[in-house]
Amino acid sequence: MSGEFFHTTQMLIASALMIAGVFFVIAGAIGVIRLPDFYTRMHAAGVTDTLGAELIIFGLIVQAGFSQTSLKLVLIAFFLFLTSPTATHAVVGAAWQSGLKPKLGKYKAPAPGEAIVKPKSKTKTKAKTKAKTRRKSPVKKARAKK
Amino acid sequence: MIRSALVLLVLLSAFWLALSGYLDNPVLLTVGAISVLLVVAMVWRMKIIDTETVPYLHGKSLGYFAWMFVQITKSNIEVVKAVLSPDMEISPKLTKVPMPHSTDLGRVTFANSITLTPGTVSVEMQDDVILVHALLASMTDPKAFADMGERAAWAVSDPMLSDPMSGKSVPRKDNK
Repeated sequence: MSGEFFHTTQMLIASALMIAGVFFVIAGAIGVIRLPDFYTRMHAAGVTDTLGAELIIFGLIVQAGFSQTSLKLVLIAFFLFLTSPTATHAVVGAAWQSGLKPKLGKYKAPAPGEAIVKPKSKTKTKAKTKAKTRRKSPVKKARAKK
Repeated sequence: MIRSALVLLVLLSAFWLALSGYLDNPVLLTVGAISVLLVVAMVWRMKIIDTETVPYLHGKSLGYFAWMFVQITKSNIEVVKAVLSPDMEISPKLTKVPMPHSTDLGRVTFANSITLTPGTVSVEMQDDVILVHALLASMTDPKAFADMGERAAWAVSDPMLSDPMSGKSVPRKDNK
């Protein structure tokens, strides 16, 4: 009887941890889509890397109980802790060295009505060709009027 | 160096046993022992045994991991809040964070800790500063970085460079 109760609690804690992890993974994915440029998107990817992945692994550890599987999961969690920032730093460092400039200052998400225009203007500002920078300026003026 | 080699031997054996799980199969145990000895011999001959190649885990670094996990959770919630809010008001910022660590291990630990915390990513390591990109301007509090740097130095027993000479870290400690 008590063994069954223990098993149920174990599974409940495990599912709670995993659901929390999935929430952070989804939030990170939404962030990657919503944020404006490469550098800010790396932050959202970091959410998936750290708390999302770790919570799912912790949930799996609780589910596996005290066994060899959970020992391996602990090792995975530990190596994820060490490797994911290194990978993030490598990607960001590569972008920085190749000359990608981050967008700085304040940024606000476009309102639902603007959203149809703004993504277009974003792709134009990113491109470096002359023709495209010329097209960028009227959009900027329109934005300034608002 | 002999001590490091012995630590490496024990750690590799433990790692092999943890991954294999067969404790009663003589063939597998022999093969495992041979491979562990081979790796230690190769590392010994390459003369790259030092505190960096030997994963040197002790109570301090485990305490640092626990502290880091709390920090990660906090800043994760901050980032998720900012990302999921309809307005998504963010203020990306580049800052230079002083890095007073003297050993490579201390520098790497500090830079990795900054990257591991969501919302801040270390972009470039210069001589004694790290260029950090932050998602929110509120995340670039110099005091918080200094605190993290001190803890990272403590975790890998790194004597900080600016500590005795300029006395920079003394007022920092008073502020806490």
